[in-house]
Amino acid sequence: MLAAGLGVVFSRSPVNSAMCLVLAFVALAALFITLDAFFIAVIQVLVYAGAVMVLFLFIIMLLDLKSERTRKLNIPACVGGALVIGGFVGLLVKVIASNPAFQATKPALSGPVDDVHAVGMTLFLDFNMPFQIIGVLLLVATVGVVLLSKRQLD
Amino acid sequence: MAPTLAHYLVVSGLLFTLGMTAVLLRRNILIIFMGLELMLNAANLSLVSFSRFNLSPAGLPAYDAQILVFFIITVAAAEVAVGLAIIVALYRSLQTTHVEDLDTLKF
Repeated sequence: MLAAGLGVVFSRSPVNSAMCLVLAFVALAALFITLDAFFIAVIQVLVYAGAVMVLFLFIIMLLDLKSERTRKLNIPACVGGALVIGGFVGLLVKVIASNPAFQATKPALSGPVDDVHAVGMTLFLDFNMPFQIIGVLLLVATVGVVLLSKRQLD
Repeated sequence: MAPTLAHYLVVSGLLFTLGMTAVLLRRNILIIFMGLELMLNAANLSLVSFSRFNLSPAGLPAYDAQILVFFIITVAAAEVAVGLAIIVALYRSLQTTHVEDLDTLKF
């Protein structure tokens, strides 16, 4: 999965990047299955590897992007970016190594995972209001996309 | 050797770093967008692993975290739709997806 992620970042052509991203998402869904989150894994494949990536590829085809020609690198910006990334990785290693609670192995489950049922119960009983708000958000996003895609706003 | 929580967190952190690398170092706005997706997914991975490693009193994974993942995926889908519409509008008016060509607001 990390190799696919590397492919996203460093391949020259946007189509290759998008294909590597699909691979990364599918591998991530596999990791979710090892964590007993079957519903989330299925959603991940359907939404990301299906819908979002089709959208990405569609836009890449629509814009007819050529492989990026090499440009002169902006050296100070690259060095700054590398510094930020290095600092972030250092911090991450320090935090994860600092706490012994992170060394725990998977605790045993008490019974079979009835994943969809449990997620549904939590979603509709405990998180009903956020669920409705997210519905409104999706509606607003849809209207916004339609407005943005119109050629002229008059 | 059974995978520990730290393993999953390291993978999640590295995935987040890759996304951040794409955002900081790449100049193609589509690739930057894919980097954003990678970062959101890294957050999802750490949420799911915390949910699996901190069981609820009933001895099942803590499903609140998975609800949050569900919401993140929804918001990410909406964000991708809006962002790609903006990119298309941008390309229509400026014929570029290269961020350094977009300097209209530069002082």
